[in-house]
Amino acid sequence: MVQAVSVHKKFGSLEVLKGIDLTVERGEVMCIIGPSGSGKSTFLRCINHLEKVDSGQLYVDGDLVGYERRSDKLYELRDNEVARKRAEIGMVFQRFNLFPHMTAMENVTCAPVHVQGVQRAKAKSEGERLLARVGLAGREHTYPRQLSGGQQQRVAIARALAMEPKLMLFDEPTSALDPELVGEVLDVMRDLAKSGMTMIVVTHEIGFAREVGDALVFMDDGVVVEAGAPRDVLSNPQHARTRDFLSKVL
Amino acid sequence: MATPVRDELPVVPVRYPGRWVAAVVVLVLIAMLAHWLVATPGLHWDVVRDYLFNSSILTGVRRTIVLTIIAMATGIVLGILLAVMRLSPNPIVSGFAWLYIWFFRGTPVLVQLLFWYNLPAVVHSLSVGVPFGPSWAHTDPKTIITQFTAAILGLGLNEAAYMAEIARAGILSVDEGQTEAAQSLGMTRLATMRRIVLPQAMRVIIPPTGNETISMLKSTSLVFAIGYMELLTTAQVIYGRTFQTIPLLLTASIWYLALTSVLYVGQYYVERYFARGSTRQLPPTPLQRVRMLAMGRTH
Repeated sequence: MVQAVSVHKKFGSLEVLKGIDLTVERGEVMCIIGPSGSGKSTFLRCINHLEKVDSGQLYVDGDLVGYERRSDKLYELRDNEVARKRAEIGMVFQRFNLFPHMTAMENVTCAPVHVQGVQRAKAKSEGERLLARVGLAGREHTYPRQLSGGQQQRVAIARALAMEPKLMLFDEPTSALDPELVGEVLDVMRDLAKSGMTMIVVTHEIGFAREVGDALVFMDDGVVVEAGAPRDVLSNPQHARTRDFLSKVL
Repeated sequence: MATPVRDELPVVPVRYPGRWVAAVVVLVLIAMLAHWLVATPGLHWDVVRDYLFNSSILTGVRRTIVLTIIAMATGIVLGILLAVMRLSPNPIVSGFAWLYIWFFRGTPVLVQLLFWYNLPAVVHSLSVGVPFGPSWAHTDPKTIITQFTAAILGLGLNEAAYMAEIARAGILSVDEGQTEAAQSLGMTRLATMRRIVLPQAMRVIIPPTGNETISMLKSTSLVFAIGYMELLTTAQVIYGRTFQTIPLLLTASIWYLALTSVLYVGQYYVERYFARGSTRQLPPTPLQRVRMLAMGRTH
């Protein structure tokens, strides 16, 4: 589903990604852990082209992100073509980024109606189903500010799911939450993983990674230090840097 | 030790003698002003009363309103366009917007009004066609530039420069995460601006726009310089004939005050509309408060 080949990214003179090689299979849940500033979030944002890759190749579902190959040339995609590709990838942010001027229902139906052209009534019934799925039935007409952090993040997940994405990206989805609200968001993500969704999760929740993840990647300083089955990486880390990091967070 | 003393002993509230002195001083000043307004024969309130609903004055009021609405609408639409241009990644486009704002904010609006009105004296032909190439239609600017259109051009184009800066501040006030969230859902740049950024920017844009509208209502009086017969020019024409200068200026002032008062109310409700979702609970409107009071509830 996602394949990264030697992905590099620089911000000015600072090299954030120094050659990432990764493969995520369809239906797989990959968790990415690592210290802050290691490039995890940047890599995630490259996948839906919120950041532009400087060199290397990044494929989603066989298509090169941000470019189209015609004969022997790569053509940069136009704004609306990039948008069309992004619509197939759901993203959940650390700070939720719900639209504060819209109710929970409007947040969920906005993109299906205005991007995919789904009929309003159909989007609404689908929205009700999705909000119920994340445990927020009855909160359709509530504005984000009237919801708790955990509820907001669940609306954000429903909003992303409304586009029927083939891949979901989670950028530290529980890092901005009060500790007692983390569980309800992880529960929703666990259900989503069970339903067979392909997910890439940047997280500090080691427990979640161990229990739900099919693969675990440890990133540090812009490179993948170690990758493998979560149980192996967590219980028997091969690299000193992984051991060092795990000793601090476990 | 910890028993509440308040329950047993009488409480003497703190007193503020200074507040009483200030209140008395202000009340005396208000009384003096009121007395002066009533007792000064030169103010001729009878003349004010006669002219307040005079048909030419009412026509002037109507024209002031129309001028305000059209000039302000021009300013808002052009201003938002300029703000978006100013934030464009294209340096020519953002540079042009900067130049426009620099020019129209840097020259007096009175000069701009006179400029547009007198332009036909030097520009004899206005044409539509290919730049530097053939033209399909042309006309004499004299037929287009009337006192009214010159007033709209002068006031509207000037307002656009101010509105552009207000709109730009509003757009920049919206968190970048909103744009990212919209883009991650597959919205194009334009859709993101229209559906996500601008509606939120409105909350920041509306209060200064209300100010600008009130300011515009009064700025329309500057068109007396090109002789367009709005409220002030009409009053001037009348007192030029009757020499009742002060009563007619009072008449005009009463109308300006009445119109700005209406704008106050309008601004209150527009701000409320765009504040939805920004607070957990919107405060009740004055009308709702009166209704609640009548029903004997406090909340």
